[in-house]
Amino acid sequence: MRLIIKDLCHRYDDLVVLDGIDLTVQEGEVLAVIGPSGCGKSTLLGIAGGIVAPTSGSIAVAGAVPDGCLNPITFIFQDFALLPWRSVEDNLSLVLEHHPLSAAERRERIESGLRRMGLWDFRKALPKQLSGGMRQRVGIARALAVRPAMLLLDEPLSALDAQTRELLMEDFLSLWQRERTTALYVTHNLDEALRLADRVVVLSRRPGRLREIVTIEEPRDQRLEPSAQAHLAEVRDRLWHLIRAEAQLADREIADA
Amino acid sequence: MPDTPLTGTSLPLQDRSPSQPVRFRGGGFTVKGHRWAALLAFVVLIAVWESTNRFGLVSELFLPPPSAVASALAAMAQDGSLWQHLKASLMRIGVGWVMGTVAGMAVGFAMGIGSVARAVGVPLVSAFFPIPKIALLPLFILWFGIGEPSKFATIGFGVFFPTVIATYSAIDSVPRNLIRMAQSFGLPWASILRKIVLPGALPGILAGFRITASIALILVVAAEMIGAEYGIGAFVLTAGNLMLTDQLLAGVLVLSLLGLTIGTVLSILERRLLKWR
Repeated sequence: MRLIIKDLCHRYDDLVVLDGIDLTVQEGEVLAVIGPSGCGKSTLLGIAGGIVAPTSGSIAVAGAVPDGCLNPITFIFQDFALLPWRSVEDNLSLVLEHHPLSAAERRERIESGLRRMGLWDFRKALPKQLSGGMRQRVGIARALAVRPAMLLLDEPLSALDAQTRELLMEDFLSLWQRERTTALYVTHNLDEALRLADRVVVLSRRPGRLREIVTIEEPRDQRLEPSAQAHLAEVRDRLWHLIRAEAQLADREIADA
Repeated sequence: MPDTPLTGTSLPLQDRSPSQPVRFRGGGFTVKGHRWAALLAFVVLIAVWESTNRFGLVSELFLPPPSAVASALAAMAQDGSLWQHLKASLMRIGVGWVMGTVAGMAVGFAMGIGSVARAVGVPLVSAFFPIPKIALLPLFILWFGIGEPSKFATIGFGVFFPTVIATYSAIDSVPRNLIRMAQSFGLPWASILRKIVLPGALPGILAGFRITASIALILVVAAEMIGAEYGIGAFVLTAGNLMLTDQLLAGVLVLSLLGLTIGTVLSILERRLLKWR
């Protein structure tokens, strides 16, 4: 599935947060969005997912959805957004209950999602009994249970420690290797973007405008190879150069505010 | 491997001054459980109270000893009057509280999820909430007569406003990210209400129940003192008029036990329903 964003603008009252965004996320592509704090990255994701109404511009999708897809555009949240009163399996069940599925199919989807994330043994646990990394895996399993055509990931690793981040990045890589799900991935972290994305979109400070789109040539599964490091370091320098001054200015603006 | 000393210039030279243990400074400011302290305090209080009477320090008429209060309570239980009064009070609390709670939750929910209902409701609730509800009993007697309906109305009215406030505040405190998550997965509005808003608001609603149960207890006593033949409030008032202070305190003890029982039932309910916290 492709996502096509045309001349998108968004404002909260008098505050313009996004201005003139034109962007297409290609089928099977992982597109990372980076930019300074407050540049409208999460708003862009909310608009793309249909939970924030844009002030102007258009958002459209095109292309096929996978068999059994129940929610073509599916979020993975930074704070996991799990219901604390439901067990792990019931959190997955929540997003299936309003669909006309047989009990057997619902069970199969839950089991398959949990097994893929290594959480089957924890299916009866409450979210409070899990570590941050496991909670985010529940969030991923919940997203997988609806067989999405496109994932919208809102800083999914930023609430986690460095080791858990590494492990979850491996999970994402194997997921994209297997499923080729289109993904729009918002992050603050350049290394995450370099590790996971096919292209990186750099937004300016508020109002967020598209500054540059950087393509990462190395295949995702070879980015830890020594031979890839020189080029990735170059890309990283370029991305950092693009956002450094913007981030400093944004930081000052926030301090002044 | 030989044990060679580190001699890097960046490391400090070995200090040979005498060592001192680091003083512990982290104590206090933590609440510890003292299981027997409360029981002991009760025993001491009752013993002191009893001995003041035994040693003639206080007249039995003004403050009867705990033993006399216990005897009066036992006598009431034996002749059945205790159950008659208790039954009347419990029925009034039950009906009034349920009426006020059901109506309060319905209005609170409407205000919690509907902006028009909130715009209309908040000023009305703010205006009516501070009125001492017992002041309206004469009006309710005029409207509904001296019988039970006026007492139900007083208790129901008293319970209604705190329930409204507790319910819409509890809905406000449901994390918005959970609602956005549900919307992003396409859950229908009614499902979001039933599966997210209601369970998410439950802690606040149950906290409101604790407050409204106490209000119902206060109002039932007040209403029974104004116009009732049976009920703990009526019994306490009659005992006071006849200067039967042992029976008066027996009635007060029953009220205290009633409050304690309601509190315990609510605690059990909270533990069962909110074990996820």
